[in-house]
Amino acid sequence: MSQVSIRKVVKAYEGDVQAVKGIDLEIGDHEFVVLVGPSGCGKSTTLRMIAGLEEITSGEIWIGGDVVNDVPPRDRDIAMVFQNYALYPHMSVFENMAFGLKLRKFPKDDIKRRVDDAAKMLDIEMLLDRKPKALSGGQRQRVAMGRAIVRNPKVFLFDEPLSNLDAKLRVQMRTEIKKVHQLVPTTTIYVTHDQVEAMTLADRVVVMNHGVIEQVGAPQELYHNPQTRFVAGFIGSPAMNFMPCRLEQAAGALRVRLSDKLSFPVPASRTARYSAHAGKSNLVLGLRPEHILDARPHVEPDQHDFDMTIDVVEPMGMESLVYFTVEGVPVCGRVSPNAGAAAGKSMKLRADLSNMHLIDDSTGKVL
Amino acid sequence: MTSVTAGAGAVPRKPKVGSLERQNRWALRGSYAALSVFVVMFLIPPFYMIMTSLKSSAEISAQKGNPWIAQNPTLENFIYLISNAQFQRYFFNSVWVTALVVVISMTIAILAAFSLSRMGFKGSQVISTGVFLTYLVPPSLLFIPLFQIVGSLGLINNTWVLVLLFPTLAVPFCTWIMIGYFSSIPRELDEAALIDGANYLQILTKIFIPVALPGIIAATIFAFTVGWGAFLYPLAYLYSADQAVLTVGIVRELIRGDVFAWGTIMAACVMGAAPPIIIYTFLMDYYVAGLTAGATKG
Repeated sequence: MSQVSIRKVVKAYEGDVQAVKGIDLEIGDHEFVVLVGPSGCGKSTTLRMIAGLEEITSGEIWIGGDVVNDVPPRDRDIAMVFQNYALYPHMSVFENMAFGLKLRKFPKDDIKRRVDDAAKMLDIEMLLDRKPKALSGGQRQRVAMGRAIVRNPKVFLFDEPLSNLDAKLRVQMRTEIKKVHQLVPTTTIYVTHDQVEAMTLADRVVVMNHGVIEQVGAPQELYHNPQTRFVAGFIGSPAMNFMPCRLEQAAGALRVRLSDKLSFPVPASRTARYSAHAGKSNLVLGLRPEHILDARPHVEPDQHDFDMTIDVVEPMGMESLVYFTVEGVPVCGRVSPNAGAAAGKSMKLRADLSNMHLIDDSTGKVL
Repeated sequence: MTSVTAGAGAVPRKPKVGSLERQNRWALRGSYAALSVFVVMFLIPPFYMIMTSLKSSAEISAQKGNPWIAQNPTLENFIYLISNAQFQRYFFNSVWVTALVVVISMTIAILAAFSLSRMGFKGSQVISTGVFLTYLVPPSLLFIPLFQIVGSLGLINNTWVLVLLFPTLAVPFCTWIMIGYFSSIPRELDEAALIDGANYLQILTKIFIPVALPGIIAATIFAFTVGWGAFLYPLAYLYSADQAVLTVGIVRELIRGDVFAWGTIMAACVMGAAPPIIIYTFLMDYYVAGLTAGATKG
């Protein structure tokens, strides 16, 4: 029983600055939930409120069926892994991992067994006698995770734990964290600003912006069905293209018009959804770079070719990113490296409208 | 391209080979020269003190030969002092006063610095600044009003007055040093300890004190110096021989009117200077900079 419930939680600082503006979130037993969002969106504050490191201005936080608003961190039965590792520099790895158990007066042999088990799981058995300064960044982060694991808490909290690692190590540690969660399926709340981390680790992703939750959902759901322009733009790399457009109705068919020369027919599957918005002009077409491809000989339903002059080409190896402008708005596409894309030259591209999103520009909601 | 634009008559400049190295060498020489002056200035008095302490009264008064070298070194001055009950009393008074001053000052300073740097209560910033401002008031101005206070407490000519007064001189600066050290400890460390199950006292004793050991040693050295080396307050508040401490005792006991027992004075000074030097040397071994390395991302 280690569900976490966040109910109407508000965090306001002096001067009436609200970092978190009344959020609600239910996190199930053993679930891996990632809070993601840009800097200052309130994700770390939310995590710190769950940890008890920040007081709550109003609302309730429940851990395992109890309201913990006034419970000090040590009595919440949680463990936290910090971005900066926060290892005790004067203690060995063993002492770091055993510290919490010693304070809780666990028997010595139990402490040793738990630390040894965690060290084995994290592959740091040979480091137990070393001080943190003698460890690499990745090893330090493993020790920090070990310190959390040994206590076998109700909830693991991770505060951007991989942000200080280099790109290669980050990918490696991401896998490690996932593996640890599979071995020790504890309820986990993980904060990151990296949407790739969020997508790869989470059972559910919580996208936050300006102190509110924009959307909660499984990674694939957020990717395919974002509810707001913010989520659509935040999830996915490179980010989704947003092109101002209007929705025209001509001869009983809907068309998305981007410019005088460029328009696409709305797929039949979306017609019913969008027909109420026919004639509207303050709309934005959202199309991911992976849905703007190089034109191919065979015709696919809901895919339409168009010609564009390419401004910039970024070869990535397995694909190339091409940049062009539509009515002054920069747009990115992902094409085959053999498609012959070259800066300054015209290229036939293909838009996959089956994955289009239509956004109301005034509300930011995906229609 | 550049040679063309420079014109036919231009002579290509010879690149300065090793100019950076030469610059570094000169900087090093300059540093050595400045440090040598500094070292000589500060080491001459102790050297002269040690040499004189090893001379007999006859050799000092003879004023022959090189005054910087003891011709017939003798320990008679030291033996005289060690066997002198009065000197033993001064020494013992200095030891217990200083020990208590260090313990009291450091206890107050560590607790004050921890609460001021970490507990973030209202007004903690103002108090932190206030603590430092009190240190800026010269003790030589304070001793007259303090005389009244001490008098009203009935502590004039009582060695305990020093145990009461010296911490007022040591605590502000020690607190200031400790605030600096504690503030440099990453906040995540106390948060990690809080989550691990520590209370504030355990955070202080098990995390902060070990991590801030270099700062604690620096502050301890300062408190020790205040207690051991003070002259004005003991001179002003203590007048009988049995209550005096070493600094004042040397002057009272070994200078009689216009008769200066130079050999014994210098030997007393050497013996007075020895404990701080020994303690500093011992503590310096523990003064390991960069103890926090590895706590967080460096």
